[in-house]
Amino acid sequence: MNIHEYQGKEILRKYGVNVPKGSVAFSPEEAVKVAKELGSSVTVVKAQIHAGGRGKAGGVKIAKNLDEVRTYAKELLGKILVTHQTGPEGKEVKRLYIEEGSDIKKEYYLSLVLDRATSRVVLMGSEEGGMDIEEVAEKTPEKIFKEVIDPVTGLVPFQARRMAFNMNIPSKLVNKAAKLMVGLYDAFIDKDASIVEINPLVVTGNDEVVALDAKFNFDANALYRHKDIVELRDYDEEDPKEIEASKYDLSYISLDGNIGCMVNGAGLAMATMDTISYYGGQPANFLDVGGGATTEKVTEAFKIILSDKNVKGIFVNIFGGIMKCDIIAEGVIAAAKQIGLNVPLVVRLEGTNVNLGKELLNASGLNIVAADSMADGAQKIVELVG
Amino acid sequence: MGVYINADTKVIVQGITGETALFHTKQMLEYGTKIVAGVTPGKGGQTVEGVPVFNTVQDAVDATGANVSVIYVPAPFAADAIIEAVDAELDLTICITEHIPVLDMVKVKRYMEGKKTRLVGPNCPGVITADECKIGIMPGYIHTKGHVGVVSRSGTLTYEAVHQLSQAGIGQTTAVGIGGDPVNGTNFIDVLSEFNNDPETYAVVMIGEIGGTAEEEAAAWVKANMTKPVVGFIGGQTAPPGKRMGHAGAIISGGKGTASEKIKAMNEAGIEVAPTPSVIGETLIKVIKEKGLYDKCKTH
Repeated sequence: MNIHEYQGKEILRKYGVNVPKGSVAFSPEEAVKVAKELGSSVTVVKAQIHAGGRGKAGGVKIAKNLDEVRTYAKELLGKILVTHQTGPEGKEVKRLYIEEGSDIKKEYYLSLVLDRATSRVVLMGSEEGGMDIEEVAEKTPEKIFKEVIDPVTGLVPFQARRMAFNMNIPSKLVNKAAKLMVGLYDAFIDKDASIVEINPLVVTGNDEVVALDAKFNFDANALYRHKDIVELRDYDEEDPKEIEASKYDLSYISLDGNIGCMVNGAGLAMATMDTISYYGGQPANFLDVGGGATTEKVTEAFKIILSDKNVKGIFVNIFGGIMKCDIIAEGVIAAAKQIGLNVPLVVRLEGTNVNLGKELLNASGLNIVAADSMADGAQKIVELVG
Repeated sequence: MGVYINADTKVIVQGITGETALFHTKQMLEYGTKIVAGVTPGKGGQTVEGVPVFNTVQDAVDATGANVSVIYVPAPFAADAIIEAVDAELDLTICITEHIPVLDMVKVKRYMEGKKTRLVGPNCPGVITADECKIGIMPGYIHTKGHVGVVSRSGTLTYEAVHQLSQAGIGQTTAVGIGGDPVNGTNFIDVLSEFNNDPETYAVVMIGEIGGTAEEEAAAWVKANMTKPVVGFIGGQTAPPGKRMGHAGAIISGGKGTASEKIKAMNEAGIEVAPTPSVIGETLIKVIKEKGLYDKCKTH
């Protein structure tokens, strides 16, 4: 789960991480009010969307007076921002973050991520701040430094200092930077984050080390123990079909194609998308109904697929292990009858109770094309959708 | 014989009184798995499905001599259950539970350093040595005894591959689901190395997916060490970057962990990669025919 920059900075403040003063605004009036309270000579108006690259896309404005704050706020609110992370459709700006301007002397990069190779949390830092870290990794990999953190000790101050020295942070500010890193690590662990990225981290004219941006991503599997984080979820930033699916504990991801897929198991669901593409079709979604799906869950899954206006056909691909084929069949029939099925439907059933499942589908009177294998089903649905 | 588990394996079911665990305990017993004990704290002394229940893993080990456990404990308590199994010095613990917070697993892995126990999973279908021992949630009837080892990050894709092999008369030694989480106990290389040393295994199917670099590392290992043919498949060739595809570990992040990189690394290591999951079986058969192993692998 992602949160907005202003929410991330609220968390960081609680962990003693130095961030500029600022507050969220939902209207130009609120923006001006916040700016007035800040009283800084320069105010930054920042669009709040769950995507990086906002600066380059024109989502960050520097205002020199309150009139400019109002003008920029009016301009940004309601604007569709297209960044390299939003996709071509972009994202509508509904919230702004109004922040005091910082006197930036130099920009750095700092992040905490889970490193799969070591099964540890890793602190990453670079003196190349303000640009995409992937780009730095490609062009100047020697400028990226890593500290692997032992979960028993946490981030040890010497590691943080070593990082600060490696990043070429001015010597007299190394202790300030190290303190910030330890605070960042504590926030990461306490809140079960999966990524915290500060890009840029800056050194200012008055010798402060400040987190100028804050990108948080949280481990969805740990949200049950973080009610405070769950409250920060912004439904406007998510696909409505994905929100609906999450209510029923279905793993659904919306895609650009026109063939809806319903599959059990994440691996098989990915492979089904791949197979559809292999035969020249385009999947409309990833959908894993899980191992223990009930008829009700399958019905809801089917409704979500059909609510996508791009869907011109559906492929149900089930390898029933624990998931019984008759349960899937009942769900498909119930959903199709409830909402009416006016697109082609190809069903491939294999595994537990497969014959019972096939009988139910045959007896349903629905126009269902049976497939013998995943490849056969994919070819059939691609042909039918045309 | 197979790898990791066989007809002599004595199994504890951790969390045995839960609904899912009970269902699968029944299935495993029907398959012939020697389930000698269950553990649910506070329910020691009870018996379910004819299996005695203990309060702790250590009690269960002391009373039954069990050497392996399988964990069906809900995610918030699963890390605790794994550590308990490691503390009791079992040979192997297989964690089926999905949705375990990843920082819990970071701690578990740290705790396991220098300890004796092997962990398979979490978020996996389990391990099965055909006709001998089934530990997990996979459908037993698709597996047939033979000479092909299977290792996979995905449950249903394992079933798909095993089913194709069995239908084509190619039996299996052991199928190991290593799970779809970013931090797991046993990796591809661990299992490949077991298969390499197992005299009954003549060829291996390896099924990976997007995210991380485990497949690339395994490919390098295969190139340097593997004496038996390996064929593969990688799921998620059409997955969009930055999206978690069901499994916590299946995500392309920062341009890394794509299917094409993995397929390239595998091809370079001499691993033939099936273009679609429907032809995993065919691909293996083609390769073992080329190597003159088909007749030895054809079991029925």
